[in-house]
Amino acid sequence: MPGQGMSVAVSVKKEPYIELKDVVFSREERRIFDGVSLNIPRGRITAIMGPSGTGKTTLLRLIGGQLKPDSGTIMVAGESVPNLGRKALYRLREKMGMLFQSGALFTDLNVFENVAFPIRVHTRLPDDMIRDIVLMKLEAVGLRGARDLMPAQLSGGMTRRVALARSIALDPELIMYDEPFTGQDPIAMGVLVKLIRDLNHSMGMTSVIVSHDVPESLSICHYACIVSDGQVIGDGTPDELRNHPSAKVQQFLKGEPDGPVPFHYPVVGADKDWGIAGGRQ
Amino acid sequence: MQWLINLGGQGRELIESLGRSGQFLFGALAGVPNIRVGFPLLVKQLYFVGVLSLAIIVVSGLFIGMVLGLQGYTILSDYGSEAAIGQMIALTLVRELGPVVTALLFAGRAGSALTAEIGLMKATEQLSSMEMMGVDPLRRVIAPRFWAGFLAMPVLAAIFSVVGIWGGMLVGVEWLGVFEGSFWGNMQSSVSFTSDVLNGVIKSVVFGFVCAWIAVYQGYDCVPTSAGISSATTKTVVFSSLAILGLDFVLTAVMFGDF
Repeated sequence: MPGQGMSVAVSVKKEPYIELKDVVFSREERRIFDGVSLNIPRGRITAIMGPSGTGKTTLLRLIGGQLKPDSGTIMVAGESVPNLGRKALYRLREKMGMLFQSGALFTDLNVFENVAFPIRVHTRLPDDMIRDIVLMKLEAVGLRGARDLMPAQLSGGMTRRVALARSIALDPELIMYDEPFTGQDPIAMGVLVKLIRDLNHSMGMTSVIVSHDVPESLSICHYACIVSDGQVIGDGTPDELRNHPSAKVQQFLKGEPDGPVPFHYPVVGADKDWGIAGGRQ
Repeated sequence: MQWLINLGGQGRELIESLGRSGQFLFGALAGVPNIRVGFPLLVKQLYFVGVLSLAIIVVSGLFIGMVLGLQGYTILSDYGSEAAIGQMIALTLVRELGPVVTALLFAGRAGSALTAEIGLMKATEQLSSMEMMGVDPLRRVIAPRFWAGFLAMPVLAAIFSVVGIWGGMLVGVEWLGVFEGSFWGNMQSSVSFTSDVLNGVIKSVVFGFVCAWIAVYQGYDCVPTSAGISSATTKTVVFSSLAILGLDFVLTAVMFGDF
């Protein structure tokens, strides 16, 4: 079986910013990751793709220290995340930004205050300087004019752009995008693709995109890996992945309804359900 | 045998939950508070939890005081001692009804709102995003809400008792014609500051602690779905009410029981 017990490292030319080695993680007796190893290069865009429910978001939470692995090592910027104390972990998180799938804006604060939040908490900058920084960040995502709106007044695409402005407010070294393209219309998707590419290009941030939107992710990433059944089943540059020999990788990339990942959920034989012979096992 | 297994499982879950809630409260309250950040957050929550609860507390206090005046007069006048109505209303409110009814109303109005708000923040990943920004949600979100509930309760209970006594006076003195001098005089001579007023304040402090703890914990620990938030809000009201009534009996037995 491809990837069974195997450790695959993304071939990187640049030094890794994040290193996962033999990571095992289970939740309520279900094994989510079974020895995942992965290197995420500094200053590049890495896409982590895979079918829904394979634990892609869990992987981001492991990197961010919100969850602890059962075993294995997770190094971010040279620090072992699972072994960090509370203070050190919170200090490390100041170098990270994360764009949540829902945007996760604070509903009681307006757009301006949402973006200003991390700056106010972590710095003691005067108000006029905070104002300048917030407006610059909002300008970068094209929403300087929306500064006074409340989150409830924003469309889904705008919410994500404000959340993006907030996550880059402190110029983090690493930014993680959790399903940034899900549920977006084509224009909003195009805007997000452009923003992710531009931010990586202009600020040199290490970017990790977790997504199952194959064309968008492959169009902007430098490296990609596909996670399925707790394993990394394929990795490489977008071109290497497109020519990957694994049938499972090809099924995922081409969106085929049946293949190594079966169309049917495991089920008892049809003969038992309908009383006919030769049912599916 | 299955029932025994289920009982054991439920007992274990209860103990686990108690342990988690204790750990959770310690995480929220331990450490040196940052006054510069924490004080404005506390004031904001005191407004939401305390000031916005005033309407229900004042109206309920007024009507309960008026009912006490009416019932007290009806019963006491049979014995020709309607002049004692003032002390009856004051002692009932200060010792029992003030702390208990305020706490029950507080659990329904503010406790459920706290749980729903925190639960929704969890469901919409606001708490997670705070963590990822290097901000501890236990200190930023939970602690100010807990302290606000804890501090607001004794003040609300005091307001409830004062308004209730005034409502009783309206009915007893203004309407039914009890002599005002005996109404206030009997009250003044029979209500003791230490054994009545202070004990009532202690009760409301205990209820404030328990209600606020239950409300913030249920919100933080809820399953982040609409059904989970709904269940957590219900649990807050039910657990708080039961805890208030149970603790009230224990506290009354300790404070006023003459064993």
